[in-house]
Amino acid sequence: MANIVVLVKYVPDATGDRTFTSDNTVDRVGVDGLLSELDEYAVEEALKVVEAGDGEVTVLTVGPEQAADAVRKALQIGAHKGVHVLDDAIAGSDAAATSLVLAKAIEKIADYDIVMTGLASTDGAMSVVPAMLAERLGLPQLTFASELTIEGDTIRIRRDGDAATETIEASGKMVVSVTDQINEPRYPSFKGIMAAKKKPVETWSIADLGIEASQVGTAAAWTKVLSFEPRPPRTAGEIVTDEGDGGTKLAEYLASKKFV
Amino acid sequence: MPATRLMPTQESDDLIALTREIVDKELRPRVDEAEASATFPREVFRTLGRAGLMSLPYPEELGGGDQPYEVYLQVLEEIASAWASVGVGVSVHALSCFGLFTAGTDEQREQWLPEMLSGEQLGAYCLSEAHAGSDPAAMRTRAVRDGDDYVIDGAKAWTTHGGEADFYKVMARTSDDGGRGISCFLVPAGSPGLTADVPERKMGLTGSTTATMLFDGVRVPAGRRLGDEGQGLPIALAGLDAGRLGIAAVAVGVAQGALDVAVAYAKEREAFGKPVIEHQGLAFLLADMAAAVDSARATYLHAARMRDAGRPYGREASVAKLVATDNASRVTADAVQVLGGAGYTKDFPVERYMRETKVMQIFEGTNQIQRLVISRHLAR
Ligand SMILES: Cc1cc2nc3c(=O)[nH]c(=O)nc-3n(C[C@H](O)[C@H](O)[C@H](O)COP(=O)(O)OP(=O)(O)OC[C@H]3O[C@@H](n4cnc5c(N)ncnc54)[C@H](O)[C@@H]3O)c2cc1C
Repeated sequence: MANIVVLVKYVPDATGDRTFTSDNTVDRVGVDGLLSELDEYAVEEALKVVEAGDGEVTVLTVGPEQAADAVRKALQIGAHKGVHVLDDAIAGSDAAATSLVLAKAIEKIADYDIVMTGLASTDGAMSVVPAMLAERLGLPQLTFASELTIEGDTIRIRRDGDAATETIEASGKMVVSVTDQINEPRYPSFKGIMAAKKKPVETWSIADLGIEASQVGTAAAWTKVLSFEPRPPRTAGEIVTDEGDGGTKLAEYLASKKFV
Repeated sequence: MPATRLMPTQESDDLIALTREIVDKELRPRVDEAEASATFPREVFRTLGRAGLMSLPYPEELGGGDQPYEVYLQVLEEIASAWASVGVGVSVHALSCFGLFTAGTDEQREQWLPEMLSGEQLGAYCLSEAHAGSDPAAMRTRAVRDGDDYVIDGAKAWTTHGGEADFYKVMARTSDDGGRGISCFLVPAGSPGLTADVPERKMGLTGSTTATMLFDGVRVPAGRRLGDEGQGLPIALAGLDAGRLGIAAVAVGVAQGALDVAVAYAKEREAFGKPVIEHQGLAFLLADMAAAVDSARATYLHAARMRDAGRPYGREASVAKLVATDNASRVTADAVQVLGGAGYTKDFPVERYMRETKVMQIFEGTNQIQRLVISRHLAR
């Protein structure tokens, strides 16, 4: 028996142009967006866990109106119900404030065994929310899982690091983040699209969670983006024409750049 | 640029999004290799089937998606914009189920349709013969009653999915009474005596297998006859109206694909110091291509809405097939022109699009036959 809360984020479509609001935060309202692809791995893994045993998957998002699209997509893939925390005051929140909202929402959901997340969001790419959340909830964290097995109320994961592969386990309630190596996310199906229409989605404000407006948003953020500018496009590389001495030229080039 | 679509419901919007996702991740990475090596992409049809995209226009209780043609055809168009052979295949599959759905008894439908629409199976239909294409009433393949069975002998030419399909909708002669002497049968693959000849070597749609199906004393239980004896040709022709809409949507998809490649290229390619799209002579060609694509789409959608409303739509289906496939042939040939010499090479897909759209003016009734249908309506 495992009830799982999966965190899903609505992110700007990475194939579109990035835009920013006047306070230098990512524009999430005026652009096309979608369910962060890295979160699809968490949805898939959660579904696999409940399909192998029983339990329900609740997807939770914090975001603007359109973030409902991310919840709907997760429900179409197979999650059972959704929660959307929607409040104008949240706009511009940093990771710490976001983790506060998520923690309060998870406490309100109450009936859960595992909180599952992707390894990062495809827009912010900070990877800190799972750890902050575990801290706020007072739960063990198993992060960057590339493989996950369950035995009773114990979960064991494999974490592939640069230098070593670790096997870690924890018992009881916990926060788990999964990588894009853990599974092959399924597509929704047309049946799933139709079924999602009947699945319950609750929308909560920060007041519903007992959070003050002053605790979230740009004003409460610990850091501030002062300015940004796009990186200059890559300049054309150097082309080495092989006239029988290509190898030598390559070696000379690498030596000149102190690679060899 | 993906086409702008006004879908009737939220779920049909989501369906288009799902189709685009599968097209981008599963079809686009495979199409070049499969078409170049003439490999039939059986697995791609299973992927589409599991997502529910192979059975959209059929009722939910029989395993379908209960979607109007207005929605189904736009999904088909999205598929064909990346891969014509697969778009044609989805349309042929839908058409192969059509006879059972429209002419079968409740018992027959409940027995076979859910499996045929499950997404795991693929269908084919056998109407044409070597000497009977535009004039199917001239067919010679015979089904002779023998006790509780029919025994079928003959050869059905040009079968799309011939040798690959799980079931065949077969039109065969049960009496010598011309067009009134033809009956329709649902024949499972693997029936003893049923084999596929060597596939045709085609100019395009190389990923789609087309083969003559050989019937050598193939026994089919009488319970697999759809409709009454002698009803075969009307059943086949009713299916063709729906099939023509499918081909119209496929043609628009390929034309849209060609337009997208042409516009992207014309923005990048420079001549006389500026992108070629800034030369009016070429820009107007692109404008005409866009107008041809949009108007063909509007034409098939009109026919689809007539069908969805339960109105007669045979004339509209023929207009849509004619306009969409003629436009697609022109647009794809113009796309080659826009790319110049590059367009004539296999390094870009537009030469393939040009070869692929040619056949769309030929099958499901040649465009001469469409004009015949339209003019007969006018003369009524
Ligand atoms: C790739 C491919 C896939 C196919 N798939 C299938 C399939 O799955 N199942 C199936 O049953 N068939 C299929 N066909 C067959 C297709 O439907 C026929 O090729 C088509 O109907 C034309 O018949 P035909 O080739 O015999 O041409 P013909 O009938 O010989 O026509 C030759 C020419 O004469 C013209 N013509 C004929 N009659 C008239 C007339 N009355 N007035 C004016 N012009 C006329 C035609 O337009 C054409 O230009 C497929 C064909 C191809 C090429």
